[in-house]
Amino acid sequence: MVTLKINGKEHQVDAAEDMPLLWVIRDIIGFTGTKFGCGKGLCGACMVLMDGNAINSCQLPVSLAVGKELITVEGEQENLQRLQKSWEKFNVPQCGFCQSGQLITATALLTSKANPTEEDIHNAMGRNICRCGTYQRIKNAINHSVELKNKG
Amino acid sequence: MKDVQNVSRRSFIKGIGLASGGLIIASGASLFNSCSVETKELIAFNPNLFVQLNSDGSLILVASRSEMGQGVRTSLTSVIADEMEADWDRVRISQAVGDVNYGDQNTDGSKSVRLLYEEMRKIGAATKAVLIAAAAKKWEIAAEDCHAENHFIFNTQGDKIAFGDLVEIAKTLEVPEEVQLKDPKDFKYIGKYLTSKDVKNLANGSAVFGLDARLEGMKFAAVKRCPVAFGKVVSFDKTAALKIAGVIDVVEIPMIIKPFGPLGGVAVVATNTWAAFKGRDALEVVWDLGDNKAYDSEKYMEEITANVHKKGAVVKSLGDVDQAFEKASKTIESSYQLPHLVHAPMEVPNAVAWVTEGSCEIWAPAQEPQRTRTEVSDFLEISEDNVTVNVTFLGGGFGRKSKPDYVVEAAAISKAINAPVQVVWTREDDIQHSYYHTVASQYMKGGLDENGKVTGWLHRFAFPSIGSTFSPGADEPASWEAASAANVPFEIPNMQFETGKAPAHVRIGWLRSVINIPHGFAINVFADELAHEAGIDPLEFRLNLIGSDRIEETQNDYKYDTARLKHVLKTAAKNAEWGKELPEGHAMGLAVHYSFLSYVASVVEVSVINDKVKVHNIHSVIDCGLAVNKNTITAQMEGAAIFGMSLAFYGKITAKDGAIEQSNFHDYQMIRMPQVPNIHVEIVENSERPTGVGEPGVPVIAPAIVNAIFKASGKRYKNLPLMDYKLV
Ligand code: FES
Ligand code: FES
Repeated sequence: MVTLKINGKEHQVDAAEDMPLLWVIRDIIGFTGTKFGCGKGLCGACMVLMDGNAINSCQLPVSLAVGKELITVEGEQENLQRLQKSWEKFNVPQCGFCQSGQLITATALLTSKANPTEEDIHNAMGRNICRCGTYQRIKNAINHSVELKNKG
Repeated sequence: MKDVQNVSRRSFIKGIGLASGGLIIASGASLFNSCSVETKELIAFNPNLFVQLNSDGSLILVASRSEMGQGVRTSLTSVIADEMEADWDRVRISQAVGDVNYGDQNTDGSKSVRLLYEEMRKIGAATKAVLIAAAAKKWEIAAEDCHAENHFIFNTQGDKIAFGDLVEIAKTLEVPEEVQLKDPKDFKYIGKYLTSKDVKNLANGSAVFGLDARLEGMKFAAVKRCPVAFGKVVSFDKTAALKIAGVIDVVEIPMIIKPFGPLGGVAVVATNTWAAFKGRDALEVVWDLGDNKAYDSEKYMEEITANVHKKGAVVKSLGDVDQAFEKASKTIESSYQLPHLVHAPMEVPNAVAWVTEGSCEIWAPAQEPQRTRTEVSDFLEISEDNVTVNVTFLGGGFGRKSKPDYVVEAAAISKAINAPVQVVWTREDDIQHSYYHTVASQYMKGGLDENGKVTGWLHRFAFPSIGSTFSPGADEPASWEAASAANVPFEIPNMQFETGKAPAHVRIGWLRSVINIPHGFAINVFADELAHEAGIDPLEFRLNLIGSDRIEETQNDYKYDTARLKHVLKTAAKNAEWGKELPEGHAMGLAVHYSFLSYVASVVEVSVINDKVKVHNIHSVIDCGLAVNKNTITAQMEGAAIFGMSLAFYGKITAKDGAIEQSNFHDYQMIRMPQVPNIHVEIVENSERPTGVGEPGVPVIAPAIVNAIFKASGKRYKNLPLMDYKLV
């Protein structure tokens, strides 16, 4: 039994220590917003926030997530909700499958850098693949989110 | 998944009765699921299979095509809502199950809006007519004195009544077969920039993809398949797999030799996906690799390249090319090699099946729900009436998910273990056991006269055909595959098109834009080479090649209009400011192509600095007839540009000893954020019939990039992907 704190709530789960956090979240706890894309740390579909950092949950043994603050796309975080609004405004998703991961990565970016440069955006978002090719809208939506925040 | 525990939709479908090829516009029956159950407070009016108006005014519209990012749910239902004069904010979308009563549901070939636009309009208009009749009856006035606007019916006295308040009367009225459609100038949603109805759920993690389907007691399964296509299981040892915590069972699943039959293999069933993957890795399987074990895609490329360097079977000939080449003041020859590609949708193939006594229910990301239903019912040897296919959101399709082999796998496993099961492919499975985009070799020869005019054009191609998936052994292009090259609308007096032999050694399938990728590439790069030889600007040269305004012959009732083709090219050139001064190392290239009945041109600006290529700007223009939802069309064109860049720079699947060599995103790479150029899209305004959108934006990108690189560096790269030249 391990205890995980996800989106502000504690979950007791019966999982092998080496099971990646992704599968604990999806198959045992049942939050399906966090996606499986590659299982190898290559695509970012499985991103969650762990103590504010975006991590590929397919690569993290669940034992290392114990005692951490975990936030998924279903969770609450000021930047996440602002970004979700911008995502809607810019009609970002196509199939949408990569978007939870994109949003989590962007949330971590804006949490560490309130006013990212284009290069910051490229470096951070370079971890996430979008096969549908929504990158331009993602970039615009991130910039819009920054403007929204700066306007207050 | 919310409604899984509720009554199955099966019972509703049974009530429909006779199947029909077309849409049942005036059927009173309902395919709606549990959300349509009437209560005392809520009464529902179902004038047809696509509309349910509730007495509280909420409106449920059915999307019969699968949503995979192309925005089809919004596009189709917005057409109904527009004709109905409904308030778009009151609309909820319900996804149709796979059922012939919805008409063709195959979400493929960029044709959903094209084929359903008129039908959706009629459905909306018929519903509006009934509501008007209901109001007229209530007010005891003539229908002519009523009109619909924003979810209300108004009369000439200025009274109004809400749509929802007319439900009870409407239910008693006949739905007219003949309807009056709106004047397009009055469209409220059609032709505008609508945001997807699903955007919120796609951004907050609540949209249910196939991979997110969950049932009570559901197990998870992973399948070990033979590394070589159509190899067979000889024996397997499950001891090690069964020792993995969470693994429940190991079962063999059959190979079925059918176009969409599963490859067969050994499935590991577990309580979670991770355990299923681990168990699968621990399995020991002995394979009979079969006939394709010698497939070496590099050697194969040499073979088909040899085949296009000799005379092939002539598929179309105009004038006399041989004579044209003899008389030409200059002839040039070129050849192009494009490798296999794989779709790699972000969501891997997966499906949930629940087989019970004599019936089966499926939840799957399926591009072709009816074919899926047929394949499952054939496999289980039960009637289609007893198979329900629930269509989830698709995390991308690109053609992969119209082949339901993975759904049949789920049915086979569920039947074997007598429990609901989700089969999940790993990314490695997806890349190594797909239906691959063909591998193509092409040879071209052109003749120029002393004025730089093209007098002869020879195009030879060899590639394994999609036909081989349907008739094993087919080794020549299907006629429609050849047509995408042979229909090139160039005004050249002598033209010939020939094919070479090319047997298939892997499953060949369609991938976004299909054969237009290799053909669009060769045609556009070769035309650029000819322009260079002639010493004429590529834009002017290309416009001359297309020549006069005319209608080209095609095998369909859409007119292939060369004026529209030239128009997209000129517009893209104008938007990109073709010919303007560019920074050192930068240059532009162009390409234009007609596919899926739409006209597309792109102008790409690249820089080549220290032998590294960067794409800076892409200006794309599409003429797809009447643009139903400009937001989604723009998004599709943006996505197509990225898809085209991925295949241009990285797309390459190779086979060695019959097995695919690539396995995941490290060796089958995609364009990522740092490489993304500015993408500008213009949609040509017109009122022609709507044509394809999802695919036609792709084929122009790679050749435009190659042409731009030539302009910038003087180097012509004729094979893809460009990473092989170390340009990225
Ligand atoms: S699924 Fe974790 S990075 Fe791709
Ligand atoms: S929206 Fe489909 S993969 Fe990103």
